[in-house]
Amino acid sequence: MSNISLTIDGKNIKAEKGTTIIQAAKNADIDIPNLCHDDRLEPYGACRFCMVEIEKNGWKKLVASCCYPIEEGLIVNTKTEKVKNIRKMLIELLLAVSPSGSHTSLAKEYGIKESRFKLETPPESPCDLCGLCVRYCAEIKKKNAVCFVGRGVNRSVALVPGVSDACSSCRECFDVCDAGKMVYLVDMVQDISCSSLKSKFYQNP
Amino acid sequence: MNKLQSASDVEKLRKTLLNLKNNKKSCISICSGTGCHAYSSDKVVGAFEKELKKHNLENEVEIKRTGCHGFCEKGPIVVIYPEEICYLQVKVEDVQDIISLTIKSGVIIERLLYTDLKTGKKIVHESDIPFYKNQTRLIFGNNRKIESKSIDDYITLNGYNALAKALSEMTPEKVLQEIKKANLRGRGGGGFPAGRKWESVRNAPGEPKYVIVNCDEGDPGAYMDRSLMEGNPHSVIEGLIIGAYAIGSNEGYIYVRQEYPLAVENTELAVKQAEEYGLLGKNILGSGFDFSIKIHMGAGAFVSGESSALMSAIEGKVGEPRPKYVHTSEKGLWDKPTCLNNVETWVNVPFIINKGADWFRKMGTENSTGTKIFSLVGNVNNTGLVEVPMGMTLREIIYDIGGGIPNGKKFKAVQTGGPSGGCIPEKQLDLPVDFDELNKVESMMGSGGMIVMDEDTCMVDIARYFVKFLSDESCGKCIPCREGLRHMLRILNSITTGKATESDIKLLEELSATIQAASLCALGQTAPNPVLSTLKYFRKEYEAHLRGECPAKVCKDLIQYYINPEKCKGCGLCIKKCPTGVISGQKKGVHTIDVTKCIKCGACLEACNFDAVLKLSGKDRKKINEQVIGG
Repeated sequence: MSNISLTIDGKNIKAEKGTTIIQAAKNADIDIPNLCHDDRLEPYGACRFCMVEIEKNGWKKLVASCCYPIEEGLIVNTKTEKVKNIRKMLIELLLAVSPSGSHTSLAKEYGIKESRFKLETPPESPCDLCGLCVRYCAEIKKKNAVCFVGRGVNRSVALVPGVSDACSSCRECFDVCDAGKMVYLVDMVQDISCSSLKSKFYQNP
Repeated sequence: MNKLQSASDVEKLRKTLLNLKNNKKSCISICSGTGCHAYSSDKVVGAFEKELKKHNLENEVEIKRTGCHGFCEKGPIVVIYPEEICYLQVKVEDVQDIISLTIKSGVIIERLLYTDLKTGKKIVHESDIPFYKNQTRLIFGNNRKIESKSIDDYITLNGYNALAKALSEMTPEKVLQEIKKANLRGRGGGGFPAGRKWESVRNAPGEPKYVIVNCDEGDPGAYMDRSLMEGNPHSVIEGLIIGAYAIGSNEGYIYVRQEYPLAVENTELAVKQAEEYGLLGKNILGSGFDFSIKIHMGAGAFVSGESSALMSAIEGKVGEPRPKYVHTSEKGLWDKPTCLNNVETWVNVPFIINKGADWFRKMGTENSTGTKIFSLVGNVNNTGLVEVPMGMTLREIIYDIGGGIPNGKKFKAVQTGGPSGGCIPEKQLDLPVDFDELNKVESMMGSGGMIVMDEDTCMVDIARYFVKFLSDESCGKCIPCREGLRHMLRILNSITTGKATESDIKLLEELSATIQAASLCALGQTAPNPVLSTLKYFRKEYEAHLRGECPAKVCKDLIQYYINPEKCKGCGLCIKKCPTGVISGQKKGVHTIDVTKCIKCGACLEACNFDAVLKLSGKDRKKINEQVIGG
């Protein structure tokens, strides 16, 4: 039942109420770049690559298309100058963290060869903290074996000791991870049999 | 205690309590807020109790441990009623004199009075002290009159009258209309009209509906919510119950930071007292309205003060913001319609119900009604919490209430709105302070932080400080805030150490635009403000840093200490004070600093009695170094 009509990049589209802009666009073969969206999971809104410009009652606004529910008469532009500038800056920011990862193909698409930002000690793994593994494990597998630890630039993905004992036999999060970080994590836990992580976890529950 | 069954029961109780009070002749109110507590006000209270006992005055004189009075600079504060004699910086040793002279014989103790900064005259009465005289202490005023742990004290001062009135005389719609008419705007920062928010929650489909008090105050230097929650918790609770009645909610939360132990303690006690009196629970005052409150302790992340993050935290999840394209008024706590307001917003509610929206609107400006509490801190003579009507100018707040800049220094800027506010320069001092005017000058009301800075402040260093704070407090969920602030801080560090170029400033501006436009929550969206406002008003300082000069002589990498040989008397004082032992020289001979080993702590400059030690930056520094090398 398609009951809401809107315009995306000049194309008239009908979609069901409750659909987000990114889903409606996808259904109409309009691709909006993103690193953290997965149709199977709840909208998250972290990577900000999917920002688009919307027009409503004459007002223009930048929104994350993965979270914004469609509205009747909404005009969406996915490739305005403002949107492109945001994506370019995000690419540069991620390139400083890691020269590899899913943002590199976007870098090619947006013509960015080099980042103006540099880090003295870039992190070992190319994780962009999209949280797909965390959310997949929580929402689909209902296991909550993968979690975030730390905040700000110290944020990272970790396995929850004890809960993640069965991780090496599941490994489904490997498929959602573009950066390959999960290989590194799960194997590490297998190697050390959770012992050191466990003691750390139980000391600071 | 029997539960209060009706509105008239509240009135009866008030009369009974007032009769009891009248037996005592005077009252000594001792500030026991966090500031005065740090000055050992509890020991002062103990000394008063002991002294009163010694003089057999326990039944004639009442002692009140109150919440914060606001004039924290001069704590511990003691006010003696009914005369309203105000003694400042009272120590245990002063207590004996206060009892024997002031209480017993009515003699004023000059040494404990406030000395007017301009006239040098002593001021006896609290309300005559300029710091207080120029304020309008509406919501904060009762703090000094109420024993913070006593519900009876609150009731004596008309407490819970507004609730009784709302429940017995007003429909929920009428309450809502009154708040809307008062145009009360949210005091937590955004300034969204509270009445409109209440109405959306009321009309949103879904049950149950929740109401929340946000007491997760995290801005450095801001403590007005803390002081209200500690000093007058019942006023918050009363506002919340009235709001819940108007909205149609039966469950409320008070979210208090764990770092505010006294606020947590007093709030827990206040909720318990209100339950015992039947002001919380089933069928409140016989109205048929049920309402209960739970207290949630926050684990201390700055970002948890953001409404959606705060709700996640109450749900037991990590306190991280989530997208709010569907408003929390529709889908908030546990996806149910939720009304979250700041402590100060809720406290205004009983006043509006008691005295009416028209009365409330007479204070403040057309679009920013009522008063606002600011925490006036930094390079200002009278630091503390000040409550003023919206629309008062920055100049009036800083000079009339704050008493101006100490040590004869010049004013440079005032930073309003907490870490993501902006720095406002001298030419804007006559700006009337309200929600909209502050936005116009690239700053914001925020929680009401107001940091005054004098001429010795480096604006680039200030911007760096706030960006560092925000970068540390970013939750790290979205890329622009996490990675963007990291690089913003790196660029600012390179400017303050003289390693940056013009292109770095351009990059800083570009980065600011992206962080503002693309961040997920208000923390990121407003984080570039300190940089953008200092770039707007103090760009020359940034440019000076590019040339290797810190005009305020703050940034250590760009300054140098130097002893002027013409002024140095060779007294040796600086040699003694230098912690690294890098000053050399004979007695009565000229001293010199080994700049290659100097850690630039400034101890020599402070020690010198002959103004011989100079701090140099930029051209002066270059000139001196050339002379030294040349000579």
